Amino acid sequence: MNEVAIVGIGMHPFGRHEGVTGMEQGAIAARAACKDAGISWHDVQFAVGGSHESGKPDRMVSMLGLTGLQFTNVSNGCATGGTALSTACNAIMAGMYDVGVALGFDKHPRGAFASNEPVHPVDGGLDWYGGSGMAINPQFFAMKINRYMTKHNISQRSLARVAAKATRNGAINPMAWRKKAFSEEEVLQSQMLAYPLTQYMFCSPGEGGVALVLCRADLAHKFTSKPIYVRSAVMRSRRFGSFEVKTSWLPPEEEVGPTVDASKAAFEQAGIGPEDVDVAQLQDTESGAEIMHMAENGFCEDGEQEHMLERGETEINGRLPVNTDGGCIANGEPIGASGLRQIYENVLQLRGDAGQRQVQNDPKVAYTHVYGSPGISGVTILSR
Amino acid sequence: MAQQVSVNEFVLDVSGDQPVLMGGRCEACGNVTFPVLQGCPKCTGTDIERVPLGREGTLWAWTVQGFPPKSPPYLGSNDPATFEPFGVGYVALPEVIVEGRLTEAEPAKLKEGMPMRLTVEKLFDNEDGDEVVTFAFAPMDAGE
Repeated sequence: MNEVAIVGIGMHPFGRHEGVTGMEQGAIAARAACKDAGISWHDVQFAVGGSHESGKPDRMVSMLGLTGLQFTNVSNGCATGGTALSTACNAIMAGMYDVGVALGFDKHPRGAFASNEPVHPVDGGLDWYGGSGMAINPQFFAMKINRYMTKHNISQRSLARVAAKATRNGAINPMAWRKKAFSEEEVLQSQMLAYPLTQYMFCSPGEGGVALVLCRADLAHKFTSKPIYVRSAVMRSRRFGSFEVKTSWLPPEEEVGPTVDASKAAFEQAGIGPEDVDVAQLQDTESGAEIMHMAENGFCEDGEQEHMLERGETEINGRLPVNTDGGCIANGEPIGASGLRQIYENVLQLRGDAGQRQVQNDPKVAYTHVYGSPGISGVTILSR
Repeated sequence: MAQQVSVNEFVLDVSGDQPVLMGGRCEACGNVTFPVLQGCPKCTGTDIERVPLGREGTLWAWTVQGFPPKSPPYLGSNDPATFEPFGVGYVALPEVIVEGRLTEAEPAKLKEGMPMRLTVEKLFDNEDGDEVVTFAFAPMDAGE
């Protein structure tokens, strides 16, 4: 089986961009990634793209060039970027192609994501679930962290620490949307959206595009002097009993979520453990998610986050830097691009090209994790 | 006097003295879902019996909805000028843990494990002047 290397990365800045469509942002990222790898769109043998609501990604060939390549569209909610990458890796590992592009983009309207399809059967009446004031994403994240905080003694101050860190990191990231650093007090005093989560603890739907050029690892040095290798790219869906977004009921028996399953499988594939990871990008839909995902991905025991955050261990200069680019909280969440943004950041960190936010531990292994509706997780492990 | 009408009779029966939630019990493995599903997500069985759920349980997880939900799908008023935050939580009934609105929206008065009982809350008045209601859980020590 072939190994896979990332030899080119490109990004359209995240944020709000009047007059630029989501797909154009994806195309700009794709051209930048090709340029970074020193190739043209002609050299791309296949592509995998994801977008939640900015059009079918394969339509992008009319902007990039009608070369006749295979172009596969993928969609897995917030984990779409992870799916794009793992699908592209599979094609190279299987020996179907040598060089391909994984990309994602989106442009969402303002305000919290709203479901426009009923989640449950509506026999004999109205859409009772959303109709009754449920099926709202922030409620799920709030209930999950509220329960976790009670069980494992996590304070609301810790939630504020995560959000403040995200905005500090975003402030030194030229590609980030939110470049204003908030203090912990400002975070705590912003509007309470879903107890215990305040407005500044949440990410917002946004815009952006990211693309990666991937190739067979043994060809990588043709394109770059700093190839980054994909050690694992794993997707998992939920099992019976895990607590997930938009579920109107749960069985009495509890099961771990898809993040735990994806993380274990990814470490197993890579043949390393959490202690080997030098920098991590973890899904931070809101600051509670980052806290829970630290433990679900194996980086600490439940409850240890309180002291880790107090001691600044997840800061850029800490023992395990987490969300060094500001995460979803500072970058917003264009669904199709979000998971690939994490990969982009980790490639920069592993190349030593992250500028002001370069981690100082001479990173060799980098980890990404996405989580999304309806209970799906994607984990990738990269190394130099 | 205005009558109470269920937001969806398939999930909430308000025809008797007390409101009742309707779940689905898998005849193969006994797993209970809310609402009734056509297949069992636990054992993949397809023989599902419609059953009334117990009306009392304990609070399993909770939050407070602090901003007006988007409408649609929300059927209640989401006018920011009059919107009042409402509680949302999961309540562990004897058969299954069910998500619902909570009549209590004050964080200091909500605690995991507290006893809760099924009740109803008004969403809106329909064209016939009836109250369209959905289900909610109320703390038991607060009475009904």
